[in-house]
Amino acid sequence: MSKPKIAFYWAGSCGGCEVAVVDLGEKIYDVVDAFDIVFWPVAIDTKYDDIRNLEDGEIEVCFFNGCIRNEENEEIARLLRQKSKVMIAFGSCSHLGGIPGLGNLSSRDETLDYVYRKTPVSGNEGGTMPCTTCVKDGNTIDLPALRTEVSALNDVVDVDYYIPGCPPPLPVIEGAVAALMNGELPRKGAVLSTEKTVCDECDKEKRKKMVGKARRIYDDDVDPSRCLLEQGIPCMGPATRGGCEAACPSANMPCTGCMGPPPASQEQGSRMVTAITSLIGVENEREATAEEVAEALASLRDPVGFFYMYSLPTSFLKRRYNDE
Amino acid sequence: MTEESFEPKIVGFLCNWCSYAGADLAGTSRTKYKPNVRVIRVMCSGRVDPLFVLKAFEKGADGVLIAGCHPGDCHYMSGNYKTRRRMELMRRMLEQFGINPERLRLEWVSAAEGARFAHVVNDMTEKIRELGPSPINGGATDE
Repeated sequence: MSKPKIAFYWAGSCGGCEVAVVDLGEKIYDVVDAFDIVFWPVAIDTKYDDIRNLEDGEIEVCFFNGCIRNEENEEIARLLRQKSKVMIAFGSCSHLGGIPGLGNLSSRDETLDYVYRKTPVSGNEGGTMPCTTCVKDGNTIDLPALRTEVSALNDVVDVDYYIPGCPPPLPVIEGAVAALMNGELPRKGAVLSTEKTVCDECDKEKRKKMVGKARRIYDDDVDPSRCLLEQGIPCMGPATRGGCEAACPSANMPCTGCMGPPPASQEQGSRMVTAITSLIGVENEREATAEEVAEALASLRDPVGFFYMYSLPTSFLKRRYNDE
Repeated sequence: MTEESFEPKIVGFLCNWCSYAGADLAGTSRTKYKPNVRVIRVMCSGRVDPLFVLKAFEKGADGVLIAGCHPGDCHYMSGNYKTRRRMELMRRMLEQFGINPERLRLEWVSAAEGARFAHVVNDMTEKIRELGPSPINGGATDE
């Protein structure tokens, strides 16, 4: 009897998720023993046609990482969905839109213009811009077009499970792979990680102390044994699902929110507004004027970019608007 | 939608102790004011989760009004201070999202200020009318 088939794919991503799979180390042999890898562009030589030639649902599980940034990403997502029984969004980009999702704060034209014309290192004197069709020596080459906005995987296809993280932490991947191999997967649509927040897993001391202003991690006097947020350092811990064992705060870096919103919360930004405003700007608030409150909160730089670093395309507002 | 036919849809979160009573006073005093605010009574302006604001905009509101007790008068001591901090941050975030921050308004209306409530509603309705329909989700639907 042939082994069940699995596939890995990367769409709009950096490749970190692929490294996370390789990080399984020797455990990957267990996966290879149990499954037949039919498609993994980063590691084995397979073509899109190999997938097109499969029967519908012939792939047992597809691990899909990366956001949907261009038409090719979308096309392959639909193809793999059709050919797979279980579709798993692997990593922040496919789960929530990921860091590329911040591209939704600019229009497609602004992005292309900046990248190809305005960066100090563009070196594009002729002003060449990417196009979707190119004719060279009588041959026509088609390239996928950039979509107007970045989407998470479940915006274009039905997704069965999510493995969160940027990249997903090893214990989370191992847990998911074990559940898969033992046939113990939970209800459809589940995020395969803990129900707790990063704060629950973080062992820094919390004193429920307020601060006047936000600070940056490189400011001096940061006490590594105490909660970073309570020292005025923006940390996404309260608005982020755990499973990473608070990896970043343990290394004295604030959490940036890659595991996405915790189960009780629908999106990270609004939850973080509540969390951070219960700490920052509280000092002497009774005497403060509205302007002074605004000034204290202005110490918090780029709230949208920070609160939605990984989840903008799946947040309530999703992108930038043009409100004249 | 033409400018004349555009009626702003505003979701108003009013605190039970001051602003809702203020709106009630405006009503019992027979004060005329614009019918554009859909009122939701909350126990305290501090009960307004930033998520409610985003959800209102996502569902097609052209503006969101939050009204609570004046600073120092909160029935629960500090709820309105919380709201002040949250909504200040929310306004900055709306700006980053390219949404005019005037669409989110925080006002203090006491139980005795029926006339002020009417003024706030009229003023906000006219401001939003000038701004036009919300750009989110193609503006308000007629539900």
